[in-house]
Amino acid sequence: MNETIIDAQGLDLTFQTNDGPVHALKDVSLTIGKGDFVSFIGPSGCGKTTFLRCIAGLETPTGGSLSVNGMTPDEARRKRAYGYVFQAAGLYPWRTIAKNVKLPLEIMGFSREEQERRADRVLELVDLKGFGAKYPWQLSGGMQQRASIARALAFDAGILLMDEPFGALDEIVRDHLNEQLLALWARTEKTIGFVTHSIPEAVYLSTRIVVMSPRPGRITDVIESPLPKERPLDIRDTPEFLDVAHRVREGLRAGHAYDG
Amino acid sequence: MMWLIFALAFWAGAWALNAALARSRWRDTRVVRIAVPVLFGVTLLVLWEGMVRGLGVSPVILPAPSVVAQTFAASTETLWEDFRQTVLKGALTGFAIGASAALLTSVAIDRSAFLTRGLLPIGNFVAALPIIGIAPILVSWFGFDWQSKAAVVVVMVFFPILVNTVQGLRETDAMQRDLMRTYAAGYWHTLLKLRLPAAMPFIFNGLKIATTLALIGAIVAEYFGSPTRGMGFRISTGVGSLSIDLVWAEIAVAALAGTAFYSLVALAERAVTFWHPSQRRR
Amino acid sequence: MRAALPVLTVLAAILLLWYLAVAPMNIRGALDLAERSGRAVTPETPLARQDVSVWRLMAQNPGQIAAAYELDRPRLPTPQQVGGELWKTTGEMALRGRAMSKRSLIYHAAVTLRSTLWGFVLGTALGILGAVAIVYSRVVDMSLMPWAIISQTIPIVALAPMIIVLSSQLGIEGRGVPKAIIAAYLCYFPVLVGMVKGLRAPAPSQLDLLQTYSASGLQVFLKLRLPSSVPYLFTSLKIGIAASLVGTIVGELPTGAISGLGARILIGDQFGTPLAIWAALLAAALMAGALVTLLDLLQRITLKRMGMQA
Repeated sequence: MNETIIDAQGLDLTFQTNDGPVHALKDVSLTIGKGDFVSFIGPSGCGKTTFLRCIAGLETPTGGSLSVNGMTPDEARRKRAYGYVFQAAGLYPWRTIAKNVKLPLEIMGFSREEQERRADRVLELVDLKGFGAKYPWQLSGGMQQRASIARALAFDAGILLMDEPFGALDEIVRDHLNEQLLALWARTEKTIGFVTHSIPEAVYLSTRIVVMSPRPGRITDVIESPLPKERPLDIRDTPEFLDVAHRVREGLRAGHAYDG
Repeated sequence: MMWLIFALAFWAGAWALNAALARSRWRDTRVVRIAVPVLFGVTLLVLWEGMVRGLGVSPVILPAPSVVAQTFAASTETLWEDFRQTVLKGALTGFAIGASAALLTSVAIDRSAFLTRGLLPIGNFVAALPIIGIAPILVSWFGFDWQSKAAVVVVMVFFPILVNTVQGLRETDAMQRDLMRTYAAGYWHTLLKLRLPAAMPFIFNGLKIATTLALIGAIVAEYFGSPTRGMGFRISTGVGSLSIDLVWAEIAVAALAGTAFYSLVALAERAVTFWHPSQRRR
Repeated sequence: MRAALPVLTVLAAILLLWYLAVAPMNIRGALDLAERSGRAVTPETPLARQDVSVWRLMAQNPGQIAAAYELDRPRLPTPQQVGGELWKTTGEMALRGRAMSKRSLIYHAAVTLRSTLWGFVLGTALGILGAVAIVYSRVVDMSLMPWAIISQTIPIVALAPMIIVLSSQLGIEGRGVPKAIIAAYLCYFPVLVGMVKGLRAPAPSQLDLLQTYSASGLQVFLKLRLPSSVPYLFTSLKIGIAASLVGTIVGELPTGAISGLGARILIGDQFGTPLAIWAALLAAALMAGALVTLLDLLQRITLKRMGMQA
């Protein structure tokens, strides 16, 4: 296996709420290597988003160990080790698309020319060349989400964390963005953590699929994908693809994900 | 009698015309949208003029609009002097000081969730109080000239702007704050790049409310003593000496000043918060 | 109740600041008084003191700082003095059975409250009627609505002295009626604008639903528009009652008024009795607070009953 980027061992996280403690993560252990595309799939409440937020240093685990690039998640966050893409694009409506992409660059103190250069490059990468001067609300939902991916790519972190980035989009747009994301991953060789609740999406995109289940949130299965790195959209009709999808569904069933 | 009949006939005619315009197929055009309220306003003036002349109302009670207009034209110098004293010196200075103080205070207390929770209910409560009553106290502290009027205005505009700004600064959603955290952005970056821009619609809401309050404060404070100029001074003495036409002229100036001041702030709002759904051009 | 502790803390901080401000605000007055009663102060004459900052005066005459908290006619009274004055003119007089004496603030507050409430009721009724007319008649909407919006940008309270004079010229006795009129028109526009918003709040889909039942205009009004407007109504009522009170108090300001809280403020100003002004101000603030709180309570109960608020 390649160099370890993310290493979680026996991770636990309990939230204190008004209705008593909620066990969001229980004994989660997982290593993610450089250049992996790992999907987290499971029903709501299984802790897939929480796990991603722990990696990002947005939540603090109550037990176990977690390292990102050999540092604590918080140190990694301060070193700007990853780009994060949220469920909603969350672009600032008062900034143009280009200015939105430059937002992290401004905060991280890049020079003006560098900001300009990088914004042009990542906007081209997500196929939004020529839309830099538009405002977010003048763009479609799919384009907005692409812009938010560009924003996460702009400062060239080695890790890309994506929390159901295409969940709010319709199926047709989603297919297109999945295809683009794979191409982007192939070109940039980033390590990607991807949260989704769509089985076809997880199978189509990932090198590894982590199946999770709720109450308490835990990992029930980790499936290595036998699919080749080159994946045209119609790979989804092949027996290999359907076989992996079937195993994911079995994993979900074993974790009582359908009992809800 | 002729005047009365003319006024009533004009009223009936104008209303019929407006009704027809409102039902016509041009009703959504810009011209009609402006023409209808303007015609309605003119009708009120004609009705007023006709009643005053037709019923022979004494100008001491209610002068006709034409008389007010003549007085307005004849006393532009006085009106300008009063406008400078009350609006430019009293209201605008007070507005500027009060708004800056409120904005700085909001940013300062916003760092403490405890203070914010304590100050918001109090600010909301104070905004509902008849603050104008402190005018005599402030006049006795700061003297008769415009400084005391500006002080009244400062107190009156402070709380509405404070409450709106504090609320606006809390308006960012969790995801946007998380985004700033993933960039490891500090307090000032988050304030300048996210929270202040997001608060702008709220800040402008407070500023717009404050424009009217500023004029009210500056005018009413003059009832408690002022040098021999100023709109409030002219209104209270004019009422006493029965030069009602001049009082109406001052009220016209106050109305124009109020609308102009509000429009200026609304224009600035449009320029700053063009991105907000309520401001986007359809 | 989570807000109680922070609110009390902020209130305590405000009171503390007020207390601290009393000394510098009143030190000159205290020194003048001490000089007249023959005590030694530095500098010795008011003229000489004029050029010295209050901070130095306090440092040079520490013995007189206590006196600054006990002046009869302070520039800034202490909270106790204001509270004491309020008690003296309300509770104490009530205990002696003279609650409605002309020297009692209860009497003056009642005068102000009466005009405020009359104006509030009148203004609200007209505002709601106006809003219904605007929502149901296109021509009224196009004619009146722009003016209603513009009227919110102008200081209409400047009209107050005029209305007082006009009504006395027309031979109306007393100040009650003109004050109520001022209160009514200050309350009219906020209620009108709020109710128009409320009556137009139903979404097109909700209106379409009633269309599919072929509901009559009256049914649409009673079953959909009116209930939808209730939250907006209460919001405007709270603004309206505060505006009515301001209107009444301003109506009591022009010279000649003898009763009402506004008149007490004016008379206190003319006779140089700051304690009377502060007590009247506090009474007005308490009244405003009570009225708004009452409406707020009514709003919570009503909305809860209507199932609009958890």
